[in-house]
Amino acid sequence: MTPDARRAPLLEVRGLRKHFPLRGGLLQRTYAWVRAVDDVSFDVYPTETLGVVGESGCGKSTLARLILRLVEPDAGSIRFGDEDVRAATRARMKRLRRDMQLVFQDPYASLNPRLTIEDAVAFSLLVHGTPRSEARARARALLGRVGLDPRLYGRRYPHEISGGQRQRVNIARALVLDPKLLVLDEPVSALDKSVQAQVLNLLQELKAERALTYVFISHDLNVIEYVSGRVLVMYLGQVVETGTADALAESPKHPYTQALFASAPTMDPDRRIERPPIAGDPPNPINPPSGCRFRTRCAFAMPRCADAPPRLLAVGAAHDVACYLYEADAAVEAVER
Amino acid sequence: MDSGVTVVTLPRETTALAGAPMSYWRTVAWRLSRDPATLVAGALLLAIVLSAVLAPWIAPHDPNAGSIRLRLAPVGAPSHWLGTDEQGRDMLSRLLWGGRMTLIAGLTPVLVAFLLGTTLGVVAGYAGGLTNTVVMRTMDIFYAFPAVLLAIAISGALGPGLFNTLISLSIVFVPRVVRVAESATVQVKSLEYVAAARASGAGVTQILRHHLLANILGPVLVFASTQVSLSIILAAGLSFLGLGVTPPSAEWGLMLNTLRQSIYVNAIVPALPGVAIFLTSMAFNLLSDGLRDAMELRG
Repeated sequence: MTPDARRAPLLEVRGLRKHFPLRGGLLQRTYAWVRAVDDVSFDVYPTETLGVVGESGCGKSTLARLILRLVEPDAGSIRFGDEDVRAATRARMKRLRRDMQLVFQDPYASLNPRLTIEDAVAFSLLVHGTPRSEARARARALLGRVGLDPRLYGRRYPHEISGGQRQRVNIARALVLDPKLLVLDEPVSALDKSVQAQVLNLLQELKAERALTYVFISHDLNVIEYVSGRVLVMYLGQVVETGTADALAESPKHPYTQALFASAPTMDPDRRIERPPIAGDPPNPINPPSGCRFRTRCAFAMPRCADAPPRLLAVGAAHDVACYLYEADAAVEAVER
Repeated sequence: MDSGVTVVTLPRETTALAGAPMSYWRTVAWRLSRDPATLVAGALLLAIVLSAVLAPWIAPHDPNAGSIRLRLAPVGAPSHWLGTDEQGRDMLSRLLWGGRMTLIAGLTPVLVAFLLGTTLGVVAGYAGGLTNTVVMRTMDIFYAFPAVLLAIAISGALGPGLFNTLISLSIVFVPRVVRVAESATVQVKSLEYVAAARASGAGVTQILRHHLLANILGPVLVFASTQVSLSIILAAGLSFLGLGVTPPSAEWGLMLNTLRQSIYVNAIVPALPGVAIFLTSMAFNLLSDGLRDAMELRG
């Protein structure tokens, strides 16, 4: 599913930035900033799945919350369809929230322990003024669709069902408002492998049925490859490479993407890359390295990498990479176009 | 698990739950009914409260009518089953009437603290930032003093009397409740289901009502109930020191004070108000322990 230039993107993110202040002391003075998301731009086209992959702490979850404006960005623009999300008034925002929903990572923290699962799903409808009986009926129908018989599970509380079932409830809650865009923040990371497969397949079915668009966030490359058409690789709050899932799997360009693929376990002997996987932890996002943020762990670091951050350059059809190693390739690509 | 029909064999108890899942409060009631200590404490408390409420009708004598001839009659004396005090007043009647005062002085401050403290705590916890700092640091000032000292200091400044006792005890308990409510709010606020509610477009009031209060009121209520026994003891202590209820009104702490010199004449009668305080605070403690266990969210 390659992005189609003729179609307008459903979600258009430009220069998104969020730095969290670290406060301390009696007066709550700010003494440092965590650069969670720094100048991130991307498009999401209707009915595609954009995978976002990166290590823990690279700003993936913040990105999810920024898109839905659960966290207010510091800079940048978010357009959803024709609407400027950041400029939306309270009433417009409430309307917009029906179109973009989030599925959370933690199946335990994401359900209110005092609400039965049918009430948890119906709550969103009640917020938008649907009459109680209709909201409940729709919630029950949707619970049935995600594989939880409402007669058996509807009146149960979250602590009475398993992690996989909770995640199905989460999906039903996100879908009950009939959104166009679903942001999935590590939706299967907390589940064991067999349940992961069930939930992933359910997500794929629902996507086809309802013509949904997914932004699928995960640290698991195998999951990302399985679900995504296009992939966005993030490192310390920045995009280092984007491309189709196939292109990234076949020829990852950025040294970080290469290292990610090298360290991901694979069952396919032809896919094993004899390259040393990445070493060490990511640097602290409070004080990231100058220039290219990956240079401290990069085997190909050059002196100029410390000077200025490399920009995303096209190295193939819908394949961009932010690395000085590919400046020549990018120039050739530009000429060919 | 994907199909609508699931055939699984479940243990008997689970099958019962699966057939007709119990509502949360019915589960709590079901658990309480299987906890004899809590049931006994609850029954005892009910008896104490009823006897205090019904004191004007069930008390055999006027609690303030003394008799010089019948001073310090022993327990079991004719027509004075629990004896008489140092002024010859009927102990049973005074204990019944005194229970009203003690219960009012014990419950009202905790109730006030529960309402005021929860409000402040939720506001501070949910708003965060400067509001939180101002509210919580102000509470810390009160927290710096031991409860007894603070109660005595405020009562001493305001002067004796039931109303002043209630004010001073409320001031003692508000910061405690605020602290519990605030930490519960901060914890719940950061959970993903609150973010999910915001993502679905819910406003602050809807989130507070359905997601926040629903999850913090239980723990805060249980905490408040543990404070009732302390409040009863503090109220009795203030009266004992002459800072609470004024004579000749009957109040358990005050009765202990006036009877304490008679302990060498008749040891049992002066101990009775102490026994009443002990039983009441014990019953409150056992009940709140039982409630905490029953209200726990565990399958």
